[in-house]
Amino acid sequence: MNSVNTIDFRTKKFRAGSFFFTGLTGLATILILAILATILTDVVYNGWGTLSWHFVSTIPKKDFFDSKTTGVLPMIIGTASRVFVMTLFVLPIGVITAIYLTEYAPNTSVITRIIRAAVNNLAGVPSIVFGLFGLGFFVNFVGKNLDVLFHHPTAVWGQPAIIWASLTLAVMTMPVVIVATEEALKAVPQGLREASLALGGTKLQTIIKIVLPQALPGILTGGILAVSRAAGEVAPILFTGVAYYMASLPQHLTDQFMDLGYHVFVLSTQSPNIQQTEPILYATVLVLLILTFALNLVAIFIRSNMRRKMRSLH
Amino acid sequence: MAEITLPKISPTELRPLAAGAGAPLIEITDLSLYYGASKALKNISLSLGEKVVTAFIGPSGCGKSTLLRCLNRMNDLIDNVRIEGAVTIGGHDINGANVDVIELRKRVGMVFQKSNPFPKSIYENVAYGLRLHGIKDKSTLDGVVEQSLRGAALWDEVKDRLHSSALGLSGGQQQRLCIARAIAIRPEIILMDEPASALDPIATTRIEELILELKKEFTIVIVTHNMQQAARISDYTAFFYIGELIEFDTTTRIFTNPSKRQTEDYVTGRFG
Repeated sequence: MNSVNTIDFRTKKFRAGSFFFTGLTGLATILILAILATILTDVVYNGWGTLSWHFVSTIPKKDFFDSKTTGVLPMIIGTASRVFVMTLFVLPIGVITAIYLTEYAPNTSVITRIIRAAVNNLAGVPSIVFGLFGLGFFVNFVGKNLDVLFHHPTAVWGQPAIIWASLTLAVMTMPVVIVATEEALKAVPQGLREASLALGGTKLQTIIKIVLPQALPGILTGGILAVSRAAGEVAPILFTGVAYYMASLPQHLTDQFMDLGYHVFVLSTQSPNIQQTEPILYATVLVLLILTFALNLVAIFIRSNMRRKMRSLH
Repeated sequence: MAEITLPKISPTELRPLAAGAGAPLIEITDLSLYYGASKALKNISLSLGEKVVTAFIGPSGCGKSTLLRCLNRMNDLIDNVRIEGAVTIGGHDINGANVDVIELRKRVGMVFQKSNPFPKSIYENVAYGLRLHGIKDKSTLDGVVEQSLRGAALWDEVKDRLHSSALGLSGGQQQRLCIARAIAIRPEIILMDEPASALDPIATTRIEELILELKKEFTIVIVTHNMQQAARISDYTAFFYIGELIEFDTTTRIFTNPSKRQTEDYVTGRFG
């Protein structure tokens, strides 16, 4: 009677390993959520009072440490425009690179492996290094030479500017876009490519008509990640375009700009009166979070629109 | 189905091919194919007739699909594939230096094992090949789409929802849509790689009936795992084993009186 076949399944057993692992994963999740909630609550609680229409629509005077008169309009415009210009560069270049890597490059070739390794390493470079690279390459090399080329008596291109900050950010976020696009392209079933080619489609026709439309939502996800990363970065723009103070809004790509992230740094380190500055600091952080969130929302909206269109067709 | 007349798709006039039903259209001469160092097809020689159905049978890994994909050069897509020997279609070497593989694939259509309709509407699936080749005229497209869907015995089931997604069709319908898409550009040869292997018996029967109908217009080469299917629909059968062509004869002979012991063992189910 005492054989293995008499094991009673009617009473649930306590399995310690399973119980603790479930608990562990749950705790990890709660921890992450708690940290996020603490930060958000702190920022919203302390920043909400200062946030007003006046605050987001005012160009501040040189002394921007007074919470009654200051504003962050130039910073909002600066951050939004550097992110926007970056997107214009990073998306096309990143997508084309990914198309080359997944659709054209022979998988086994040394060059492909070198490119992939380079992309992966690029993702691991500290952002301040990108800032220095941007200064050395874009501002001092490309910019200065453009000035020589166009015979500008004073520096027009050869100085920190929105364009150079955006390009530096584009280089920094390039791996994100490339990797996301590659994943999206790889997820397109090979059968669809074969079907198109078997109908006498060229490789280019197949990519444009079949592969890219399928991969578009995934590509946009890459774009969203790049925007999120870039919006909050300060180090890459330090030497390449951001200004401590500007009396007017930037007009050209060659202008310097004020930036929300950098402004947070300035407020927290340069203020003559910390108590007085603190509310502005919180409100500025809140605006930065809202702006990043809004940029994300726009991209997510475009993506879901696209998915819906793909599902319903026509 | 019989009176499909379509506008010319290719601006270049196609050269007339060998005339008369059953005349050799595809000549495979001493063809070997290597994946890297391993030889997947071993010195295969075979001639396939015009407007007949030829079946390739054999156990998994015997090279039948690989050989099929040599006929429209789909193996070009795979790295490290090397071919020796020749494949001619209508007397032209399809691996020749000047061959336009795009034009070749217009003349040699393909239906795949796993139905692979594009995530587009039914109409756009069928019109895709025509659009690729620059046909934009709405009434031409409408005509070809209808004729092709009728040709694939799908028209009556989908005529009221041409503009809804092809992905909403059943598996069997999707496969017939893929056939409609293939015949829309009027190939001479249709290659079918186990077109019914993922379908239920009823859908399979419909595909088989369709193949018998299509053979009036097209030369068909079909790879199949299903020996009853080969016996039902093909005129000629080639039996392959580990990259070699063991026997090629009329389907009747292969299934009733094969000359090789291996063939007999396989078709009677003793191995494979």
